[in-house]
Amino acid sequence: RAMAELPPSHSSASRAAALAAAYISHRHGSPGHGLALRDVRRARREDIDGIGHKYHLEFVLEDIFERDSTVNCTAEVLYHLGNKNSAPDVQFTIEGELKNTDEADNVFYNRIKSLKKELEAENIPDSYGNVPPEMQPIRALAWAASGYVIWQNSAEDTKYQLAQIKRVKQVKRTDEYLEFDYVILLHENVSQEIIPWQMTVLWHPQHGVAVTQNGRLPEHALD
Amino acid sequence: DQVLHIVPETLQQVHHLQHLCSTLLLDLWKPLLPEDMKAGEDLHIRVPAPLVQEVKASLDQHMISYKILIHDVQELVDQSTPRETSSYRQIPEDYNYTQYHTMEEIYTWMAHIQNNSELVTQHYLGKTIENRTMYYLQISQPSDKNKKIIWMDCGIHAREWISPAFCQWFVKEILQNYESDPKIRKFLQNLDLYILPVLNIDGYIYSWDTARLWRKNRSLHMNGTCYGTDLNRNFNSSWGTVGVSYNCSSEIFCGSGPESEPETRAVVQLIESKKSDILCYLTIHSYGQYILTPYGSTTKPPSNNEELMHVAQTAAAALMEKYGTSYEVGSTSLILYSNSGSSQDWAHMIGIPFSYTFELRDKGTYGFVLPADQIQPTCEETM
Repeated sequence: RAMAELPPSHSSASRAAALAAAYISHRHGSPGHGLALRDVRRARREDIDGIGHKYHLEFVLEDIFERDSTVNCTAEVLYHLGNKNSAPDVQFTIEGELKNTDEADNVFYNRIKSLKKELEAENIPDSYGNVPPEMQPIRALAWAASGYVIWQNSAEDTKYQLAQIKRVKQVKRTDEYLEFDYVILLHENVSQEIIPWQMTVLWHPQHGVAVTQNGRLPEHALD
Repeated sequence: DQVLHIVPETLQQVHHLQHLCSTLLLDLWKPLLPEDMKAGEDLHIRVPAPLVQEVKASLDQHMISYKILIHDVQELVDQSTPRETSSYRQIPEDYNYTQYHTMEEIYTWMAHIQNNSELVTQHYLGKTIENRTMYYLQISQPSDKNKKIIWMDCGIHAREWISPAFCQWFVKEILQNYESDPKIRKFLQNLDLYILPVLNIDGYIYSWDTARLWRKNRSLHMNGTCYGTDLNRNFNSSWGTVGVSYNCSSEIFCGSGPESEPETRAVVQLIESKKSDILCYLTIHSYGQYILTPYGSTTKPPSNNEELMHVAQTAAAALMEKYGTSYEVGSTSLILYSNSGSSQDWAHMIGIPFSYTFELRDKGTYGFVLPADQIQPTCEETM
């Protein structure tokens, strides 16, 4: 086992940190709360023979709505050697408490539940970076759900970000869950590609964010 | 201007309102025509600012009650998405540097800046693949001294809108503060600034009109089935070796050969011709918040690496002082990825000592679609 200290700005460190941040976003995100990577403080890489590369990271996350609100985290990200089909393993700890967003989540939940017609929207943010206030929770939900997609599809030589929500459509349900069908655009930083992706997202204030279905879409799916 | 909401109660009131509209030439928003006005139905009328007083007095006189639907029409217009046709033709002082601008508006802006300042001259650089003219601005204090040059280009990648916004901001800041800021005057005593606000003009227009996240230029390949070369992989610096694709359908397609694209050649020609005087090459991108040093094509550090890093670190520290925004500093190959054919590498390889790529805000929360309200802080801290 060989452990090496990496400069925090090193590309491998920032890719691993982005992956950890995506994973944490998925686990802790909600319509009222989104977390994004702000800085990497420390990074070490451990090469484990026959297993893979494990990154030990210390980084800072910020709230996507309130950028001054930050939280320190540590994580271990293990990229498996050889088996390209399995997602990297992520373990993390968050220092301190995350903001409680129960109220905002419940407001959003009740608002959507009481809509007469299923919610539908496009281009969030729009070309100018604008997100109407009533769409912020929809964006936060996509942010959390895309964290799952990013985690499942990342490798040591990729770095994904959610670039834009192309379309979102609420799906009617008879139970207490909210369901949204999203077409998102992911930006992959190394190839610079913009990749359309479909994801079906389930959410309930007490049950967190679940992606029940997701898949890469062909280029022309956007037309 | 205000928009008033009126519900006329009687036929007499309807007639008075029709009369008001036709004599004062008020702008009827609802209904479509004055003859469609009916008692008991909603009326929305836009009243130009100079007539507001008069109209309200007339309504009061005739006991017609009204509500103000929109207090300030201009404010609402300014908040909404930018217009396609520009009315900035007349007054450069009105140019809104905190909004994103179309290429048409940027062309007009360049012409105006040149006409209104003795420090600025607009120069022809070349033509794009779609035959649009590329111009750069030279900011130069008249003198018989032969001055060194700092070159800055923006918008090599179409979707990075904050980049051309920064170039425009930069020019404005220099010109606005030239008289009052001794640092700027001293700077310009010894240096000329060459600014290319949009390098990839065709791509930029395409990102406005068709595909917001377009990156490359608009050259046609593969028998007319595929568009675009990544201009920042097209320069003659270890071209085509690493971090590229030879396939046009990729976002990092390096083109059919080094300098295959007219946009690349236009920049190369100018910089080559002046290279002995160029002290610093800057190229502005987004996003990521980095100040990148050569090289991308190799991890071997450039000969003046220590000095390059020191200057960049000083810049990053100064940048952070403004709003606390942190920029990371280091070579492209170490911080981002390997790439060959970048303009930054090429500039350094032909002998320009200081060559930097700036990746502006943010770190991915908005990415390429950075909201316009971040233009000002981004530009202020970067300056």
